[in-house]
Amino acid sequence: MSFSIQHYLNKNTEAAPLAVFRLFFGIMMFASILRFWLNGWIEKLYIAPKFFFSYYGFEWVKPLGNYTYLLFLVCGISALLVAAGYKYRLAIITFFLSFTYIELMDKTTYLNHYYFISILSFLMIFLPANRYFSVDAARKPELRFQYIPRWCVDSIKLLLGIVYFYAGLAKINSDWLFRAMPLKIWLPSKYDLPFLGDLMQQEWVHYAFSWSGMLYDLFIPFLLLWKRTRLFAFLMVIVFHVLTRVLFPIGMFPYIMIVSALIFFDPSVHRRILAFISRIFRIGMAKFDTGRKYIFSATRRQIILPVISVFFLVQLLFPWRYLLYPGELFWTEEGFRFSWRVMLMEKAGYAQFKIVDGKTGRRFYVDNSDFLTPFQEKQMAFQPDFILQYAHFLAEHFRKDGHENIEVYVENYVALNGRKSRPYIDPEVNLLNFADSFKHKTFILPFEDEIKGL
Amino acid sequence: MKRISGILMIMLLSITACSTDDSGNGSGGTDTDAFDRGAMLAHWADNIIVPAFEAFEVSSQSLENATTAFVNDPSATTLSALRNQYRDSYVQFQTVSMFEIGKAEEIGFRRFLNTYPTNASAIESRVESGSYNLELSSSYVEQGFPAMDYLLYGLGNSEETLQKFTSGENAENYRNYLLDVAERINSLTAEVATAWQGDYRDQFVQNTSSSATGSVDRFSNDYVMYFEKFLRSGKIGYPAGAFTGTPSPENAEAVYAGDLSKELYLTALEAFQDFYLGRGFNGSGTGPSYKQYLEYLDSMKDGADLNALIQNQFDAIEDQSAQLDGNFKSQVQTNNTAMLAAFDELQKAVVLLKVDMMQALSISVDYVDSDGD
Repeated sequence: MSFSIQHYLNKNTEAAPLAVFRLFFGIMMFASILRFWLNGWIEKLYIAPKFFFSYYGFEWVKPLGNYTYLLFLVCGISALLVAAGYKYRLAIITFFLSFTYIELMDKTTYLNHYYFISILSFLMIFLPANRYFSVDAARKPELRFQYIPRWCVDSIKLLLGIVYFYAGLAKINSDWLFRAMPLKIWLPSKYDLPFLGDLMQQEWVHYAFSWSGMLYDLFIPFLLLWKRTRLFAFLMVIVFHVLTRVLFPIGMFPYIMIVSALIFFDPSVHRRILAFISRIFRIGMAKFDTGRKYIFSATRRQIILPVISVFFLVQLLFPWRYLLYPGELFWTEEGFRFSWRVMLMEKAGYAQFKIVDGKTGRRFYVDNSDFLTPFQEKQMAFQPDFILQYAHFLAEHFRKDGHENIEVYVENYVALNGRKSRPYIDPEVNLLNFADSFKHKTFILPFEDEIKGL
Repeated sequence: MKRISGILMIMLLSITACSTDDSGNGSGGTDTDAFDRGAMLAHWADNIIVPAFEAFEVSSQSLENATTAFVNDPSATTLSALRNQYRDSYVQFQTVSMFEIGKAEEIGFRRFLNTYPTNASAIESRVESGSYNLELSSSYVEQGFPAMDYLLYGLGNSEETLQKFTSGENAENYRNYLLDVAERINSLTAEVATAWQGDYRDQFVQNTSSSATGSVDRFSNDYVMYFEKFLRSGKIGYPAGAFTGTPSPENAEAVYAGDLSKELYLTALEAFQDFYLGRGFNGSGTGPSYKQYLEYLDSMKDGADLNALIQNQFDAIEDQSAQLDGNFKSQVQTNNTAMLAAFDELQKAVVLLKVDMMQALSISVDYVDSDGD
């Protein structure tokens, strides 16, 4: 066993796939940052709000006022440097840190895609992605290697595989498969799509999309791995992601996934891609084909391999943490994030906060728009950790205003996957009695329905 | 293994093929016909919104005329006629107040016509100085129906009021101010009505996009927001002190006229409900509406009949209103419990409209055009 692992770790493959991946990843990231900027979202999401929802344990990560633009600038430039493979290690570390910092600033904007980018860029820190077809390698002949350890390329495949497969597992639930929820809510609203609009009204289409989406996510990693189905699988990847792009506002993600899936192809495909790029930009590609094999030094291996092993162990286990919590996951959302639960539910809420003077009983309601943007209010209204953090923020705010004996209550209704809205947080509970933690939040009222499945 | 993946491939392929290429036999043999949002928008515009604004424009013109008649010849008769016309027009305004979209939104129609409580002392100092600019956004608490309310009912009884406009100090300024307020109501109304009669109607109806900028999405946000902020909070919640715990009778609508507030509330409620049901403004039958849309969408879902829940809640609100006095100011002062009960019933409707209906329609309650998962 240990021999075969050792054997695997010593296997080599061409460096071209990783180089192509690095190049496209960097360009995609740069485009994403640029798009974010041009859409005015830096201002809207990170500068205009008065209050930001922090991740538990990361309360110290806050937007930097107008310097937030600088942060995005650093992130964008590092993405370009990653693409070019110039000072790669520094660039990818900078990218990982700046991008992750951006995502940690406000969990209102949490998306699985962003988390994917963060952990992928973390992984890439440890990969020799600049040994081929990069500025680094062009400048320093001693950095040029035509072959790299095979596990370097495989680790990216594994990460992609986990994302898809876990997204597929998450879809194995009764709402998704037997009620076609939430697609039954989402698809009919796309009535205005040319040629697809009418189809989206058909009930069987909702079921077909639900089931094929589940099957797609579960099987696509394997179909991509296997040479005989690979081309077909890649076509499926394109069809699937283009379709999701047409149907849902999911920004750059579909393109990122399509381009990422190229990593599964044979090195010869990547060589052709690089040759094509070389022709256009008149880059001499031959100098990278040194025939040399890159081998990690023993000390590096001793650091990198454990890090990556732990990384993947965490990736494999983390999505299951929801099993440690009582109650319905979709309802409590305890252990929902960072688990590839993508487009899995339609949830909306309404939260009216009441500030009470515990001594006199005097009370008043809070106008959420005084403190939150519409987007923040929307996200807050159905997520218990948001509600709790906001309650503490309100208490702090009104304490400074001179109020005393403050108690914070919330009247909160949440609708999940087309069920009638029902009370969500116990309205009798003073939220200030609770501090945020990873423990189960006992003030969430029961779901009183069941969603079967994983 | 090979066979399994072969079967799988065929399955996936056929599903994908069905999902994407099956447009040829679009309408034949379908169990649900597509709901036509374009037809709904056209019905809303042509049979409800435009007729409502046209009717209100006639009313606001009458209001200006009655005001002109009064300031030209202040008498008990012209005052009485003006007061009646004011009441009619204020009631009529409740049928258009929820349509704060397009030109109305652009010029802040509702804000200028019905921000209350009005600022009586500011009005007095404007009258005294005779210099003011009602177009300033800072002046919306000094005009509109609440300002007329003050000028027609807040200066004393009929004789005292008449005296203010005839022989009192600054009588001419009072007359000018009143006329300016009435003219401004009329000109803003004309502006909005003209926009609807012109290009905006087509713009509204043709924007059938399902995005956050499409007419249905934008209008629905405004419509539900109106119910929450203006019907629930404005007419009931603020005077009842639902937000502060302390009743504030001075926050009632038409607080000086007094007995008008419930009529305004009921008219607004009814207009809101009629719109939900798709009733034509001029009694011209019903058309595509939220009700029909929800029924169409519900037909695909198991579970709660959302439309029934919403209509039942509208009924509950109306039933409850029977307990309310015609004058909300005195209602709040004598029996605020009934007002708070009204608030609670309205609140239930807010949840149904804002959470359940918006979810069913797949409309997000914000204009942020950000990415989703």
